Amino acid sequence: MQSTIFAPWEDPEAKPLIRFQNVTKRFGTFTAIDDLSLDIYEKEFFALLGPSGCGKTTMMRMLGGFENPTEGRIELAGKDISGVPPNKRAVNMMFQSYALFPHLSVWDNIAFGLRRDGRPKDEVAARVAEMLKLTRLEKFGRRKPHQISGGQRQRVALARSLAKAPKLLLLDEPMGALDKKLRQDTQFELMDIQEKTGTTFVIVTHDQEEAMTVASRVAVMDEGKLIQVATPDRIYESPENVYVADFIGDVNIIEGRATLEGEETYRIDWAEGEAPLRATSSTRLDNGQSCFLAIRPEKVTISPERPEGAVNAVHGKVLDIAYLGNISTYHVELASGTVIKAQAANTRRISRRSFTWEDPVWLSWTVTGGVLLAG
Amino acid sequence: MRRFLLIAVPYTWLLALFLAPFVIVFKISLSDIALAIPPYTPTLDLGAGWEGIKTFFSGLDFENFVWLTQDDLYWKAYLSSLKIAVISTAFTLMIGYPIAYGLARSPEEWRPTLMMLIILPFWTSFLIRVYSWMGILSQEGFLNQFLLWTGLINEPLIILNTSIAVYIGIVYTYLPFMILPIYATLDRLDESLIEAAEDLGCSRLSAFWLITVPLSKNGIAAGSFLVFIPALGEFVIPSLLGGSRTLMIGKVLWEEFFSNRDWPVAGAVAIVLLLILVIPIVLFQRNQQKQAEAEQ
Ligand SMILES: Nc1ncnc2c1ncn2[C@@H]1O[C@H](COP(=O)(O)OP(=O)(O)OP(=O)(O)O)[C@@H](O)[C@H]1O
Ligand SMILES: [Mg+2]
Repeated sequence: MQSTIFAPWEDPEAKPLIRFQNVTKRFGTFTAIDDLSLDIYEKEFFALLGPSGCGKTTMMRMLGGFENPTEGRIELAGKDISGVPPNKRAVNMMFQSYALFPHLSVWDNIAFGLRRDGRPKDEVAARVAEMLKLTRLEKFGRRKPHQISGGQRQRVALARSLAKAPKLLLLDEPMGALDKKLRQDTQFELMDIQEKTGTTFVIVTHDQEEAMTVASRVAVMDEGKLIQVATPDRIYESPENVYVADFIGDVNIIEGRATLEGEETYRIDWAEGEAPLRATSSTRLDNGQSCFLAIRPEKVTISPERPEGAVNAVHGKVLDIAYLGNISTYHVELASGTVIKAQAANTRRISRRSFTWEDPVWLSWTVTGGVLLAG
Repeated sequence: MRRFLLIAVPYTWLLALFLAPFVIVFKISLSDIALAIPPYTPTLDLGAGWEGIKTFFSGLDFENFVWLTQDDLYWKAYLSSLKIAVISTAFTLMIGYPIAYGLARSPEEWRPTLMMLIILPFWTSFLIRVYSWMGILSQEGFLNQFLLWTGLINEPLIILNTSIAVYIGIVYTYLPFMILPIYATLDRLDESLIEAAEDLGCSRLSAFWLITVPLSKNGIAAGSFLVFIPALGEFVIPSLLGGSRTLMIGKVLWEEFFSNRDWPVAGAVAIVLLLILVIPIVLFQRNQQKQAEAEQ
């Protein structure tokens, strides 16, 4: 995979393209970005993920030059960029609100940045044609922004920011309004562009799947702070805390108390009348420390009998089944009232599946199936 | 039926307040001057029946309109009015646009106050305001006294009773009509469009020319028409501030009516003025309509 070859963040010698140094941004008394430090490297595809209002757009705006940090400094290619106006930065931004020029046609919108560079006419025309093709807007070049659909507008905004092929491209939710198929195509196009041009991308998204697909690294934010910055697989497989585990993907969270049992193996006592669970963790937990066990539904096996030799097994009955086409998610209620989700592939036709509502079932997972996190 | 009523209201309004007076004035413009009350002939005598109507219509002619082309006073007055209206509209725009821009950029909590300051002059009588300009611009006026005091000039400037005073008066009077529509469009302008333009390589100034100005052109057009149309027929300002040498059609019209008591010629002057005004009014309407369509 890309991440095993391309990992400048693990190289202590590598110089970051973007460096946030203890950046704080306040609006009046409200702190939007709180003492945040972050390095982003050249040719990265960096995804910002987080709930609404956590400061993603604010970070982008500081990179674009529309806001200045209240404290701290931001470096671009080693130079402090505070006070450098947006038109003097080799950065282009796709605005969350698109910010298309309503008095210009789609074609002129895309050509806008190219013309400001004073490029020759035929070069501009060729580039615009290329962008229209990429975003499948060939037919709409002559229309005004108010004459096209929301998704088409989003594509115009994307095309306009891509047109100048900047060193750093900031995309604020570039694909939110696109349908799944078009979104996937666009994602691959972006990755392709990135590979070809070596542009560094910083992308805001609400779609975890998108972040997982395109990103070299993902930053999970909350309330102006970075919670975890890591490669997509690490974010998913080994989140550092419950917030990240809960934010990315579907997860069962079990709260309990940990006791060291063997080397890196802990016993977790979690509910009255339920057998203790076992999980490994490389970070040390004190005996009796409260902890969370995060288990992805796809790591939980559902079976009619207790599987032989299962380390972690709980008994319950099927409360609900969510049919998702290729897989189904079973919501199983335990005797203690806890609901645990398990996913199973739908290998058979729906009418012939093994479990139905109210069926008593066993859920089991391995000792490494869950992630043990300190409470 | 209800739809008919809804349409009937504005049309009745138009008929009563525009069309009927227009027909009356048009009729007068086709009449001949007479020493009578009213001071023109013919008058419609319905008592004489069909014969009366016939003599009435045979008495009407376009003599007065022909007369307007023969005496060069009139077309000079029209041209001079056009020139004054165009130039003062341009000045009003040049002064009004930056004010509207500043207003739209000012902090939200200041705007009601600033807006108030712009509308405030309307709270005093228009005539009083024009008279006070006479006090400011005259040879012994405040302006000359101030300039003499600062030593910038040694002799008082002659401003009053020149066309400069007329320009000052018109710009001053109609400035709010320019500011308000421009402010309305600038206020609606999305700040992120300017940011996007800068992001794509525009300087502040070029973003202003390429984005702000085109997007406020509806306001510019509306404001310009609102200043140009009344300025063209303006009578009070040129007669109070412009002196005898400033020729404007509004003044000519007034003199025909009240000094010469030549109602038919005055009527013809008014009709031609109206025709000249119809062009910008139609353009203005088209502009408003386009704007409404663009907003849908
Ligand atoms: N100009 C401003 N003045 C005051 N507060 C602001 C301003 N801009 C942003 N904020 C606040 O800063 C916080 C972060 O805003 P930001 O736009 O960065 O959120 P976001 O992460 O992009 O959210 P979303 O996913 O909804 O786009 C929000 O609480 C917002 O209300
Ligand atoms: Mg945002």
